Amino acid sequence: MRIFDPHAHMTSRTTDDYEAMYASGVRALVEPAFWLGQPRTAVGSFIDYFNSLLGWERFRSGQFGIRHHCTIGLNPKEANDEALAREVIEVLPRFLAKDGVVAVGEIGFDAMTAAEEWAMKAQLELAVEFELPVLVHTPHRDKAHGTRKTIEMVIESGVKPEFVVIDHNNELTVKDVLDSGCWAGFSIYPGTKMDEYRMVRVAQEHGLERILVNSACDWGVSDPLKVRKTADAMAEAGFSADDIDRLVWRNPVEFFAQSGQLIIDDIEAPDLTATFEGSGVLRGER
Amino acid sequence: MKDLTAALEERARPEGLAWLRETSAAVAADAAALRTKFAMVGRKVGREPLDPSADPADVWAWTVDDAARVLLLLAAGERAEAELAELYRFGDAAERRGVLRALAYLDIEDRGLGLVDDAIRTNDTRLIAAALGPYATKHLSDAQFDQAVIKCVFVGVPILGIDGLPERVTPDGARMLAAFVHERVAAGRDLPPEVWTVIDQYPSAEHIAAIEAELQSPFEDRRAAAERALSYRNVQEQNA
Repeated sequence: MRIFDPHAHMTSRTTDDYEAMYASGVRALVEPAFWLGQPRTAVGSFIDYFNSLLGWERFRSGQFGIRHHCTIGLNPKEANDEALAREVIEVLPRFLAKDGVVAVGEIGFDAMTAAEEWAMKAQLELAVEFELPVLVHTPHRDKAHGTRKTIEMVIESGVKPEFVVIDHNNELTVKDVLDSGCWAGFSIYPGTKMDEYRMVRVAQEHGLERILVNSACDWGVSDPLKVRKTADAMAEAGFSADDIDRLVWRNPVEFFAQSGQLIIDDIEAPDLTATFEGSGVLRGER
Repeated sequence: MKDLTAALEERARPEGLAWLRETSAAVAADAAALRTKFAMVGRKVGREPLDPSADPADVWAWTVDDAARVLLLLAAGERAEAELAELYRFGDAAERRGVLRALAYLDIEDRGLGLVDDAIRTNDTRLIAAALGPYATKHLSDAQFDQAVIKCVFVGVPILGIDGLPERVTPDGARMLAAFVHERVAAGRDLPPEVWTVIDQYPSAEHIAAIEAELQSPFEDRRAAAERALSYRNVQEQNA
């Protein structure tokens, strides 16, 4: 089984995790830029973090046979330090044109403040300018309302809905997201946001089109093998191998390929050409 | 520079070469264009090894984007130097490699040494290899050069690719490597055979005797490691 984990915070994981992920089938992943568990106080900390996503973490991941991509953005929690947020957004263009930077993100709402809204708008404009997809994080609190407000802002910004993934969905937000034309991401966690058995029910009810599943795997209680566990739960529930491949490989490839900056043309190439015709991403890059 | 152009013309796709010509002209007109164009080189011109017979995993092998980035910096002429530090600071690993490989082609004397130093301090094998070209051979101090050689052995960069080896190493560098072999043998572990080509520039009697003494170790793994290390030495000598 080949797995593309579209949302994995590898900076917080060990080499044991990389080995286990490879053994479970993970061959490519996206690490979204986020906060680091406590607020940063200087723009240099962000620059070093973005550089580590593009440099060291990509190298580390490569040592374990996993192709690492990232998204670059200012997360909503830290958007509330307004002076710093301005400085961070000013340096983002230097990072958005890089190979392997496959979206702007994670952006979105945390406490739904005016500062968060400003930072989100500014970054949606950058996504339009750089023709990049957007990875949007939905708030943990007041989720359904926050999600609807997020969708409204995205549509107003002029980013095409198919260029947007709205992440951390649950049973109550998925319909609004899919109806908007955006992609719906699900972070499969041990016991909180969504688990693999609930995910099977979501897939049975809503199908697989524009659905992504990820492990998120950050420094909280999380499990980097959750994408594989979801695939296994789906197989048990009667989904075909082709359905599962669509969900855990072709869907994330299709979404992030829209950036033009995905680098997976040399991974499992024969398999990819067989199952992913017409995208143009997998050929011609090298 | 002629060699790079010729090699690229053989390897890159016509549309990649056209982009490079166009972008070189833009950079010649305004070096600030490097700030956006430098990141695009991989997807526009290619990322494969410049030498078609090279192993893509070989950290010493130049890639198509390395060569293209060097040519872009050369196209900026004297104004390239002012862009180097920021291109490196905001560059991903491929861009940093391009900057490092360009240093030997630019007329900047020792003013790029800070970048070489930074790259050698990382643990990214591709950056370390890109830093250790002719520019480093010329400008690093003896102590820095010796440390870089040891660092390569530590992180698994094959040392025979280092420009200037084995002549550039000092007796102190050879001694440190011999001591390192002893340390590994005492742990029952190996080092790559090519370390002997450096060690035997200035064989350190003290450390070699210590390695030979390990042949009498009460521990089987240490005796075996000593035998392997010394047999590598003989093979390297025969090859020399």
